[in-house]
Amino acid sequence: MLKLEGINKIFNEATPDEKIALDNINLHLAPGDFVTIIGSNGAGKSTMMNMISGALTPDFGAVTIEGNEVTKLPEYKRSQYIGRVFQDPMAGTAPSMTIEENLAIAYSRNTKRGLRKGVGRGRRDFFKTSLEKLGLGLENRFNAKVGMLSGGERQALSLLMATFTKPSILLLDEHTAALDPSRAELITRLTKQLVEEGNLTTLMVTHNMQQAIDLGNRLIMMDKGQIILSIDDAKKPTLTIPDLMSEFEKIRGEKMNSDRALLGS
Amino acid sequence: MFTAMFGSVEQGIIYAIMALGVYLTFRVLDFPDLTVDGSFVTGAATAAMMIALGYHPILATLMAIVAGFIAGCMTGLLHTKGKINPLLSGILMMIALYSINLRIMGLSAENAIVKPNIPLMNADTIFSQFQSFWSNLGVDDALENFIKNSLGFQTAPNTWGTIFVVLIITLIIKFIADWFLKTEVGLAIRATGDNKRMIRSFSANTDGLIVLGLGLSNALVAFSGALIAQYSKFADANMGIGMIVIGLASVIIGEAIFGTKTIFRTTLAVVAGAIIYRIIYAIALRIDWLDTSDMKLITAIIVVLALVIPQLVDKRREKLRKEKRRNERLDQQRELLRGGDHLA
Repeated sequence: MLKLEGINKIFNEATPDEKIALDNINLHLAPGDFVTIIGSNGAGKSTMMNMISGALTPDFGAVTIEGNEVTKLPEYKRSQYIGRVFQDPMAGTAPSMTIEENLAIAYSRNTKRGLRKGVGRGRRDFFKTSLEKLGLGLENRFNAKVGMLSGGERQALSLLMATFTKPSILLLDEHTAALDPSRAELITRLTKQLVEEGNLTTLMVTHNMQQAIDLGNRLIMMDKGQIILSIDDAKKPTLTIPDLMSEFEKIRGEKMNSDRALLGS
Repeated sequence: MFTAMFGSVEQGIIYAIMALGVYLTFRVLDFPDLTVDGSFVTGAATAAMMIALGYHPILATLMAIVAGFIAGCMTGLLHTKGKINPLLSGILMMIALYSINLRIMGLSAENAIVKPNIPLMNADTIFSQFQSFWSNLGVDDALENFIKNSLGFQTAPNTWGTIFVVLIITLIIKFIADWFLKTEVGLAIRATGDNKRMIRSFSANTDGLIVLGLGLSNALVAFSGALIAQYSKFADANMGIGMIVIGLASVIIGEAIFGTKTIFRTTLAVVAGAIIYRIIYAIALRIDWLDTSDMKLITAIIVVLALVIPQLVDKRREKLRKEKRRNERLDQQRELLRGGDHLA
């Protein structure tokens, strides 16, 4: 479904700030895989997500989605295949537009936009049933401007908008990190529900080790631009936080700087 | 007075089309587009040139719209492909258009390459054509009788044909704009002005949408220019100076008075704002010690006031609210203290 082959990226090349962001990344996702990604700050997690979404292009290496090479495809063309939820709840929705208009924009993701009405009668019913799944009562506030919603509600809406057109790949970039614990809990639950329902191939970056262990069927750990640990379906169900910590020490020969990771911000 | 105001309303309705164009860039796309000063004249120059050469006024007006669309797209390309700052892209295009407009007007004369203006004194325009159809209907006579006899005014407008036709045109444009902004493409353009990152993640080409939005906006501006040239029977290279500020004034005045709750309401507010601006303009011109050339200054002051007064009102309201709250809390605390004395 998704293949990353030999992806390399250097930031600020030929300046004193030169930094190897991604160092020969290889990753292969089968259809329906749900991979969680952990790693400290600057490990290259977000850079990798941006490589897949097309916000950044690799210096060399290839990105393949559903057998089509998309390495050179600009972000807006690639996003036909990709649903995304950002860390910032403000980033995934248009604040001055209504809930139904936001949904209509998301609905046109994989069709060519024309002069059809954005919110027709048939679509409105579909939007309504989709919103009901969130259980937040948003289906009764169709014409509310999204800017009036709380952060948690906006993130739930973003999640719905990213998933309800059944994208080939779903990218979640620390999408619960900016929310308070109870809201984060809600979004985590919705993530699980929506991914399972759509059987979506998913990549999720998180700082929260427990969340990384609870969700998904595979887990990878990144450090200094490399994938240093990959846990597959067979081992994932029995994985614990101490396991991960000791694995890291074994590989890197140093203790993991993990206050933030442990406390799960 | 009535007749003078009547002319202002007629012009205001034509300028409303330009204001809708400014609304499309300034508010919807969040792109302060200064091309307007140039593209307004481009519309006027193209229409006047073609009419002077004997083309049908409707064809001339359509060509003016196309010319404005191209000018707007150029600004969009400067910004998206050339990575030039939005304001600078507009200024560059505005300056470039000044020369281009002189050349366009130059096409109307055999012995000149450039011309600074084209008079259309006896030429056929959209308005003169409509007028011949209108006078056969006999509406003017009926209304004139009504105003003079029933309302008691001494003078009545010569004809209601012009205001009728411009009102129809402007309302059609308004309704098309309302419809367009709710289509899939329209929604994508609005989202581009609202949250570029979001709309890119839903497979919309923001560069293309910005170019399209600027093109449509300047098509409207040029349309308005073409109608003004036919209305006032001349096109002039300098008729666009300050047009962007007039457009902004219309948008801001309209929004301040009528609100922005829905798109339908906002576009209506913009149209009304353009008419109100023209009326203010006409009133200001009747003040003895003001000169016509002071109008640009007055326009600037109107825009500044329309931008600043709402802020001051908000601040004042906030201050009063805080003060009230503080007094309430002080009262509460005093109450508590008194209670404390009792206990002691």
